[in-house]
Amino acid sequence: MIRTPLRPLARILDARLKGQNPDVIEKANLAARNDALRDTSRARAEKRLILLALCFFAGFSVIGARMGLVAASTPSEPRAAAGGSEISAQRADIVDRTGRILATNMLTSSLYAQTNDLVDPAQTAAALAAIFPEMKAKDLVRRFTDGRSFLWLRKVLSPEQQQKVYDIGEPGLYFGPREMRLYPNGTLAAHVLGGAAFAAEGVNSAQLIGTAGLEAALETRLSDPAQSSTPVTLSIDLTLQATVEEVLATGMATLHAKGAAAILMDVRTGEVLAIASLPDFDPNDRGAVAPVKDQGDSPLFNRAVQGVYELGSTFKIFAVAQAMDLGLVTPDTLIDTAQPFKVGGYPIREFDGHNYGPTKSVSDVIAVSSNIGAAHIGLMIGGERQKAFLTSMGLLDPPQIELIEARSAKAHFQSPWSDISTVTASYGHGIATSLLNLAAAYATIGNGGVKVTPTLLHSDTHAIGPRVITQATAKACVTMMRRVVTDGTATFADVPGYQVAGKTGTADKAKTVGRGYQKGHVVNTFASVFPASDPQYVLVVTLDDPVETAGPKPLNTAGYTAVPVAAEIIRRIGPLVGLRPLLDETSLLQVNAPPKQPLAQE
Amino acid sequence: MRPFLFILSFLAMVASAFWAYRENYTTQAQLKDMAGLQDQIADLRDQIAMQKAEWAYLNRPTRLRDLAAMNFDRLGLMPMAAVQLGAASDVALPAAAPLLMTGTVQDGAGLTPVLVGAEGGQIP
Repeated sequence: MIRTPLRPLARILDARLKGQNPDVIEKANLAARNDALRDTSRARAEKRLILLALCFFAGFSVIGARMGLVAASTPSEPRAAAGGSEISAQRADIVDRTGRILATNMLTSSLYAQTNDLVDPAQTAAALAAIFPEMKAKDLVRRFTDGRSFLWLRKVLSPEQQQKVYDIGEPGLYFGPREMRLYPNGTLAAHVLGGAAFAAEGVNSAQLIGTAGLEAALETRLSDPAQSSTPVTLSIDLTLQATVEEVLATGMATLHAKGAAAILMDVRTGEVLAIASLPDFDPNDRGAVAPVKDQGDSPLFNRAVQGVYELGSTFKIFAVAQAMDLGLVTPDTLIDTAQPFKVGGYPIREFDGHNYGPTKSVSDVIAVSSNIGAAHIGLMIGGERQKAFLTSMGLLDPPQIELIEARSAKAHFQSPWSDISTVTASYGHGIATSLLNLAAAYATIGNGGVKVTPTLLHSDTHAIGPRVITQATAKACVTMMRRVVTDGTATFADVPGYQVAGKTGTADKAKTVGRGYQKGHVVNTFASVFPASDPQYVLVVTLDDPVETAGPKPLNTAGYTAVPVAAEIIRRIGPLVGLRPLLDETSLLQVNAPPKQPLAQE
Repeated sequence: MRPFLFILSFLAMVASAFWAYRENYTTQAQLKDMAGLQDQIADLRDQIAMQKAEWAYLNRPTRLRDLAAMNFDRLGLMPMAAVQLGAASDVALPAAAPLLMTGTVQDGAGLTPVLVGAEGGQIP
């Protein structure tokens, strides 16, 4: 670029000649130069601004386009994510303590119809009615043609049924995927598992919710997506549960009982190894249970947890335990058992018109099960202390266990606690509680007096409860209960090798309507701990209205009904739980080798 | 020098564009592949769950009990009882029988036959 001089010599000389000021020329030139400079700078700045604006425009356009695309497109799962942590909408499995499946999910299909797509409603209805026995062709035709466009036909289908529906070839029938709750063991542990049903239903999925038992009580845990791949481990042992149910069912049938229940519990941890209530139902098809008039007789009713019964003489050990703990008696103290004996005008009688003489030792009162003896011990303790003690044993509260039914099983007892309550409560009458509470209370005695809280969940750690009675008292109680089996009312329970200790109880059944008792109808209970030298397990067996008809005279005391059933259960489960049998020399001589037989004839 | 640099950078751009194009398609192929695999995994999981359920169903205690009852005689089974159980220490080991050496011993002239216990100790 050629620079224009500010003072061009020619013009300066010319101006000087004319007598003008040459500085004016310089100023004019300077101004012109500045103008030119300004113009070029402006042009450059303008260009830069446009470029910048273009950049911004492009940037914002890209963002805007992306936003529009995201908003307009259908959402899809990010498939590139690493699949390590498993999150699914499935309901968690339930397994027993050794990992065997008690409840799991199965993929099936539901069936629905879009009536607008139906080609031939009448023929479709006939074909469906042929596949599903519960459908009626006439109803279906009416429902297909009454103007609705959508209708559910079946909640779940078996694969065979699905194939048959495919074979109809009707385009208006659709399948939706369904996760179904499956209980592979059928009726086994039915009352523990409860059952599940569909709640909110959509075409592509349905929500499974627990309707009873553990499924309902642990709903949040089971339906938590983050924990759905970890199964819930129960304390139940499938083998023990099956054995207990089998023996109990046989006992119930032989003794013509209306119902039966049994609980097997670990004394140290309170873990329930088996809990059965009969009659039972199939949790896979809970709806199939026919309704009955008396809720307490329904197969759905859990007699072991939900039912509150007067448990009779099994309560005597609690009166004795408390009296010993308070220092009022020792096992050898003589107790007045003389008849007649009246409290508040009510005569207290021994069972079946027995008379045990003027006095009996405390140990004998338990062994022969004297009501009058227990009543005297109860009176020594006094009502207030007795009620507090029974509460501390957990007998007056609803049972604490992971079942939804437990919450409603409130214990029944007279309020206010009168003298007659004290007397009757010492031998287990006038007070009705859940069988599970009784099992827990016996576990507390077996556990050396430290309170045991029952649980259905298996865990390696368990909280240690408060001490309720002293260790010495607990030990003495077990020794006394051992005497009940060796030479008392429960001699049938003396299973060799397992040193069973227990207490029988026979209570008249309370009327379901009104006050008083049903004549000739009893609830028989046998509560036991074994082995007596080092209690490990508690077994409680109860039979509703049994009668033993093998002998010349029908018998319905616990010693002839609940006790033999409990003994058979202990005989069967003893080897299963891995208890080392404590045998003496003579019983060891009875070992006989298995018969030698050829295995198979190949 | 300058034009050479221009050409070089242009070639580099073409090369990287080609590389990015190929990478894009391999990534998409991989994603598709992975989606397929994940579907397969989900399918297999369902199948495993089904097999487990079936296994549990076939091993339900009532069925096993019936099977045991059916084959009770054939297999020579016996009901489990307390007397069949014991500690390993209760099982008697077979007693070590003493070895009787008879006949004359050639090397040790004048030695009388001796009884040698199982452990090798001599019994006079």
